[in-house]
Amino acid sequence: MGSYSSSTEKKLARMRLRGLIKKEIHQILRDPSSIGIAFFLPVVLLLIFGYGVSLDAEHVPIGIVIEQPGPETNAFVAGFMESEYFNPVFFQSVQQAESALLQRKIMGIVWTRSDFTRRLLGGAEAPIGVIVDGVDANQARIVQGYITGVWMKWIASYAKAKGKLLSVPVNIKHRIWFNSAVRSRNFLVPGLIAVIMTLIGGMLTSMVIAREWERGTMEALLVTPVRIREIILGKVIPYFFLGMGGMALSVFISIVIFHVPFRGSYLALGLASALFMLTAIALGLIISTAAGSQFVAGQIAIVITFLPAFMLSGFVFDINSMPLPIQIITYIVAARYFVSILQSLFLAGNIWPIYIVNCCYLAIMAALFFMIIKKKSHKRLI
Amino acid sequence: MSRARDNDEGYCIVAQNLRKSFFSGNKEIVALHDCTFKVKSGVVTGLIGPDGAGKTTFMRLCAGLLVPDSGSVQVLGFDATEHFLDVQTNIRYMPQRFGLYEDLTVRENLELYSDLLGIEPEKREDRYRILMDMTGLAPFMGRLAGRLSGGMKQKLGLACTLLKPPRLLILDEPTVGVDPVSRRELWEIVYSQVEQEGMSVLLSTAYLDEAERCQEVILMHEGHVMGQGVPDRFSKPLSGHCFMLKPAPQKKRALQRSLANRDEVIDAIILGERIRLVTTEAMEPEAVREFFGLEQTVEITESEPRLEDAFIWLLKERLKKLGRSVKFKTITHRKVAGKGDEEVIVVKNLKRRFGDFYAVAGISFSVRRGEVFGLLGANGAGKTTTFRMLCGLLPASEGQLYVAGKNLRKARAKARERIGYMAQKFSLYVDLTVLQNLRFFSSAYGLFGKKQEERINWALEAFDLKDEANSISRDLPLGYKQRLALAAALMHEPDILFLDEPTSGVDPLARRQFWAHINSLADAGVTIMVTTHFMEEAEYCDRIVIMKRGRILAQGTPEELKKRFHPPGITNPTMEDTFITLIEMEGA
Repeated sequence: MGSYSSSTEKKLARMRLRGLIKKEIHQILRDPSSIGIAFFLPVVLLLIFGYGVSLDAEHVPIGIVIEQPGPETNAFVAGFMESEYFNPVFFQSVQQAESALLQRKIMGIVWTRSDFTRRLLGGAEAPIGVIVDGVDANQARIVQGYITGVWMKWIASYAKAKGKLLSVPVNIKHRIWFNSAVRSRNFLVPGLIAVIMTLIGGMLTSMVIAREWERGTMEALLVTPVRIREIILGKVIPYFFLGMGGMALSVFISIVIFHVPFRGSYLALGLASALFMLTAIALGLIISTAAGSQFVAGQIAIVITFLPAFMLSGFVFDINSMPLPIQIITYIVAARYFVSILQSLFLAGNIWPIYIVNCCYLAIMAALFFMIIKKKSHKRLI
Repeated sequence: MSRARDNDEGYCIVAQNLRKSFFSGNKEIVALHDCTFKVKSGVVTGLIGPDGAGKTTFMRLCAGLLVPDSGSVQVLGFDATEHFLDVQTNIRYMPQRFGLYEDLTVRENLELYSDLLGIEPEKREDRYRILMDMTGLAPFMGRLAGRLSGGMKQKLGLACTLLKPPRLLILDEPTVGVDPVSRRELWEIVYSQVEQEGMSVLLSTAYLDEAERCQEVILMHEGHVMGQGVPDRFSKPLSGHCFMLKPAPQKKRALQRSLANRDEVIDAIILGERIRLVTTEAMEPEAVREFFGLEQTVEITESEPRLEDAFIWLLKERLKKLGRSVKFKTITHRKVAGKGDEEVIVVKNLKRRFGDFYAVAGISFSVRRGEVFGLLGANGAGKTTTFRMLCGLLPASEGQLYVAGKNLRKARAKARERIGYMAQKFSLYVDLTVLQNLRFFSSAYGLFGKKQEERINWALEAFDLKDEANSISRDLPLGYKQRLALAAALMHEPDILFLDEPTSGVDPLARRQFWAHINSLADAGVTIMVTTHFMEEAEYCDRIVIMKRGRILAQGTPEELKKRFHPPGITNPTMEDTFITLIEMEGA
């Protein structure tokens, strides 16, 4: 190395890096799977989560059993008929309703006994029976909540009509902040952006490097004057921009097609995304040093990047309701910080304390990962 | 750069007590055992040996890609471990799989390596032109490297290493999977570079005929250097030891078998209708007849010694010293019913189309019972496609196809019961033990209970696999894997055996052992169909067809073909000469 002056060496290093980046771009453009993961997959995932998957319960089929109809029960049932959350189905007896529940034709049963009206008018307690299919715990809780809601509403109006208070002492008033329409889409879609970027950064990057080992091109590459940092930068730079492209596309679709509100600053979004992209790519690079084949790289990437981003980032499942050990694990999932930033930028606006703290975590993780890469990478086969 | 001079006394590589081992599971595999040798500057040195000899490991150590367990290797005066960047700046290395980006075009590959090697942009076009003219790739600059033929890929790989002529060029098995014509061109390019640029070349090969083209060879086996020198140094001492015998055709296999296991014989192989014999003692041709008790009808002529003879000699000596057997074993197989001349495979105007491309474009031939029939051709000739149709793995597009009397286009399953198939690369379950593999394959062929146990025991016994019965197949040496694959294909005692490139990469002794097995099967009436790109292996066959681009160029006995097609002026052509002549005739 001493034979070159440092300016010549710099020029050569630039030429090598440019060559590697050019090569990578050609490969990305020719490989349908890179384009697919960067641009096609975001669209598909967004469509699925935007339209298909919804954590809201709507038009839930519910069985209604009225043992002895009367004006009071009619008013109560009307509450279910009016609600957009329920599709009521009427049954003659609880037994019939139960068998429908077992066949999963209905999600729950609301049941008023034959003495409902009598007890109600008599001023005694008039309980209704509620059975909810608990197979899907999340759904069950939502259905239960809605039934309670209908029940409360009816009690309130009944009491008002009668001019007296029934056995419900308080009037509950719900108000949901930030996502007033309670559309699950509004918090799922921003979180999805983190998942998409994880796929591009972690999975795609680790797989393309594993592919170079698999096809023997890495071996040929290593025996050239190229430096290891140039090989790493030659991967980081193109996939960084590819990931940012995927991010921009996802943001565009979220806002324009799904009408998810965006209340923060785009600059802040860009900066946080860049930090997250670096951690994702760094993790991809670390995986590729451990995996010898594309298949293994893909598997590891799914397990240590994609699934945690999906399940432990707070994107679908609330971190606070996880068991403590799992909550602790979420602290090493970079997507957790990014999802938090995304959800606040989209739904709440620039909440600087949240933004800065989470960005710091991301920056620390990126720095840590790149330190590991620097230590682990060398121009050797094993 | 004073260090670079110190050790550079005419040697480009100096290896001292070099040792390198790897772990496969818990098993340590020593790839190089304390190797000490020097590679001369300015010549082409061949690293010669079968798979597992340690060739690739040595080259990777030279290129600074691996760190030795102990010992050192100096390359162009630099320690390859300490100063790997200096080494990597001054040498060029082409790994076994070309190191090309198949999704980049020829030009983009050249551009990438020009950038990596720091070639000034204004000098590039001239250099590309020279290299593309030399490799004949000029018309394909815009084509994706993945769409090139094997030979062209290899030439492009070579061109990329020559963009900036290095002081030392290291090529790992540059001619594997390359047809003989391209192979010859590759050698011409390498030699022209050695002469013009004065560079040193180290290349590895498992082909011993190719080794004779090197100016210097290093013979390796299982991580040991068996010898080093000019090829003549090894073959010359054997002049007067080599003979060609021409027995009556029906007796050649029996004679070869009896000769091969004699202690006084280094090597006895079938070459067309002759047997090539190498003896441990020099003698006159007539003395051979007396010594080995040959019949008067056997013609005996003297033959030139080859490097392969010397390699086998060294190998046998080495194995004997290690206490391993060098005797060839035969196997028993039930006599296949039928008359001698019955045609068991009949192919008429067979075609196979993929889209609008004919991989097989109308071929006809027939194979008789107990015949060893070879299918020859370069990559892309249509051998494998033909094979798959014959085994019933791929339906034919057009034509007639009878195997074992069954119309394969109608009764595939029926025909398959009588077929044994040994796929390329020994398709075994590498995570299973030898015994588990045999058990699986025998049950796949419908064997169970006592019969199954019987066949498994036969396989372990006949193929010398008893000691390795509980070894994981992945860890077996290549020769064992190959025997296991053959055993698996024979579990149901088929009438017809298909072998797809059965011996690529194995050492010459293992190859001979394999053919000893095959010949004993042929004697029992099993019909053998084999594809190969080993020209010499073609001569073990009774009859061959040579294919190119889905068509048959010629068919007949190896002897007939050699007589009919050979370059002008050559009296004693090899199969390779014949092959090249045929391909070039067709090209014109």
